[in-house]
Amino acid sequence: MKAYLHGTEPQRIGSGCRTLSTALVLLLLPGFSSMLRAQTDCLSCHADKTMQDASGHSVGVDADVFHSSIHGSLSCTDCHTSIKEYPHPDTPVAVKCVTCHADQAAGIAGSVHASASAHPCTSCHGDAHAIFPKDDARSAVYPLNIPRTCGTCHASDALAKKYGLQNVYSVYMDSIHGYAVSKEGLLVAANCMSCHGSHHILSHKDTQSPTYKTNIPNTCGTCHGGVEAEYSAGVHGKAVAAGNLAAPVCSDCHTAHAILQPTLADFRMQSTPICGSCHKGRFATYQDTFHSQLGLLGGYVQTARCWDCHGAHDILPASDPNSPVNKANLIKTCGRCHTDANASFVQYQPHANPRNRKLNPALYFTRFFMNLLLWSVLGFFSLHTLLWFIRAKREQGKSGPGGEAKDD
Amino acid sequence: MTDETGARPTQQPESQPQPQGQPPESGQPQVSVKEKFYVRFTLAQRYLHVVLFTSFLGLAATGLPMRFSDNPAARFFAREVGGFGAILFLHKFCAVVLTLAFLYHLKDIATRSFVHREKGIFWGPTSMVPNWKDAQDLIGHLRWFVGLGPKPQFERYAYWEKFDYWAVFWGMIVIGFSGYAMWFAPFFAKFLPGWALNAVLVVHGEEALLAILFIFSIHFVNTHLRPDSFPMDMVIFTGKETDEEFRKKRTLEYRRLAAQGKLEARVGEKPIYWWVNFAKVIGFTAILIGLVLLVLTLIGYFGNA
Repeated sequence: MKAYLHGTEPQRIGSGCRTLSTALVLLLLPGFSSMLRAQTDCLSCHADKTMQDASGHSVGVDADVFHSSIHGSLSCTDCHTSIKEYPHPDTPVAVKCVTCHADQAAGIAGSVHASASAHPCTSCHGDAHAIFPKDDARSAVYPLNIPRTCGTCHASDALAKKYGLQNVYSVYMDSIHGYAVSKEGLLVAANCMSCHGSHHILSHKDTQSPTYKTNIPNTCGTCHGGVEAEYSAGVHGKAVAAGNLAAPVCSDCHTAHAILQPTLADFRMQSTPICGSCHKGRFATYQDTFHSQLGLLGGYVQTARCWDCHGAHDILPASDPNSPVNKANLIKTCGRCHTDANASFVQYQPHANPRNRKLNPALYFTRFFMNLLLWSVLGFFSLHTLLWFIRAKREQGKSGPGGEAKDD
Repeated sequence: MTDETGARPTQQPESQPQPQGQPPESGQPQVSVKEKFYVRFTLAQRYLHVVLFTSFLGLAATGLPMRFSDNPAARFFAREVGGFGAILFLHKFCAVVLTLAFLYHLKDIATRSFVHREKGIFWGPTSMVPNWKDAQDLIGHLRWFVGLGPKPQFERYAYWEKFDYWAVFWGMIVIGFSGYAMWFAPFFAKFLPGWALNAVLVVHGEEALLAILFIFSIHFVNTHLRPDSFPMDMVIFTGKETDEEFRKKRTLEYRRLAAQGKLEARVGEKPIYWWVNFAKVIGFTAILIGLVLLVLTLIGYFGNA
């Protein structure tokens, strides 16, 4: 034990005393042989928290913390199986958690964290002598501690780059889930594990992964059951269920990690283009309207966005009588903002295309006439003014200031 | 222009060959001994112009960000002003001011013509209503631009001034109506067809674009920035112009008044020095704002198209 040579003066004396007393106990109990049994045997040395092995790793154990930990009732030798007696070898065999935790080990083995050297159990569960049940606030895998635990590695730009991942730690922490976990302390809010699982974490490209596209509604539905039911009844849910991978799942509209409270201004601003990324034609005609023009201005969010009229999760075709954009429901739908909407008011076409002569002839010709007026007036007077300007300049040049006087 | 002196008198019934009453100011080019000022606009008309351009600048400045709301400058401006709510409030506020100014003008016209029985509002040389001479003047002016004829001489309001007036008049009705139709859409929907609710935005936006481009380029140059008036025609601010300006710019009116012996009645005080300078500050500010808006409009329009 070179370790206590590195200790401070009083500790060295203390450790020395403990060593002496251990020897004394062993001498006084000859029937006990030299087998190490109780924790106290080991702790008589290892309770020194500053104790280090030859390579400088801490081999001290906080006895009180260990006793209260989930493994507190076990003997040291239950895990440190290669140590049978004192003195023990300087380099004991590494502890194998798999001996007891076979299921978890099997999960890890097939996961993205399969490499045991890069991901020892302690990289998530923390100090091996201070492992607590996951519902204990001291646990590294307690729901409120999980983002920080995963963030130990996944908040690193370097690591994200190395594995071709996005560094999503900070966007998650700013998201509605991250906020609920870190600020409001909600145990039920989604942490990393809620969506990705724990030991058997798979790539989102793996069809078995809870984050694989078609599994996402189910994953989110674990908590958002009502929304999942609505989604499954809507056009998007049906399309995905029918195997159309182009149709959106939860994360396509809400994003995966940067999920915002949907009534927030930022979400209202960002999400219309998301619908537009698939519905290009509808997005273009929406952009021509007052709703869009004003909605973009100065962060104004109240004007109608896609889902204000079409619904969000349970989007139905306009032909469906339950659709908010079905003709029969328009007064009610428009009336949510335009309180005095009437039958004639709802004839307004929120996706009218003034460039399409067949679909919107009246609008097409209105725009055509206005453009004709605009460009003929401006064209004529631009030429008129330009010629006049040139002529007046030349007159001025001929007779100095007041050249027009010559015309009288 | 030596070939046109007296050779082609403009065919106007009122135009006299030579003014009789005022020998020293007979329209011949000569240096005035003392600057004499004639009243062209009343105080009310000058104020009306100030109200008109102030509210118009306000409408343009708040309307353009709405029209080109995906332009970063528009978003920045809107945010600085206080967001869309503030922009729309200011837009509506200016719209109401301009509407009131327009109604005041209509009332003024009605009072002058029907109550005071003032002559020459709807017809004749002093009227804003276009006549045959305006068409001839337009052709003649264009011919003069390219050196094909003599410079026409103008009455109280030249054809481009009448166009300015009626463009604003028409614009006021079109933009005003479409604007109020959007403001009170459910009410207007009671008697407008469904497609009209879509059309009003197109009409409002396009007509406003025309108004902005026209005023900030054509009107600015024709009235203020052209060499004869450069840098600014102060008559709309001071209400008065010099004898020389009057004779050169509105020769026929000058001659007609001289012939009728009414010229002296139009003589006014020389504008006060500080008032002219004050008006210049206001006017140049307006022109500067207008030119900035013109550039932003062109960026918005062509940046999008």
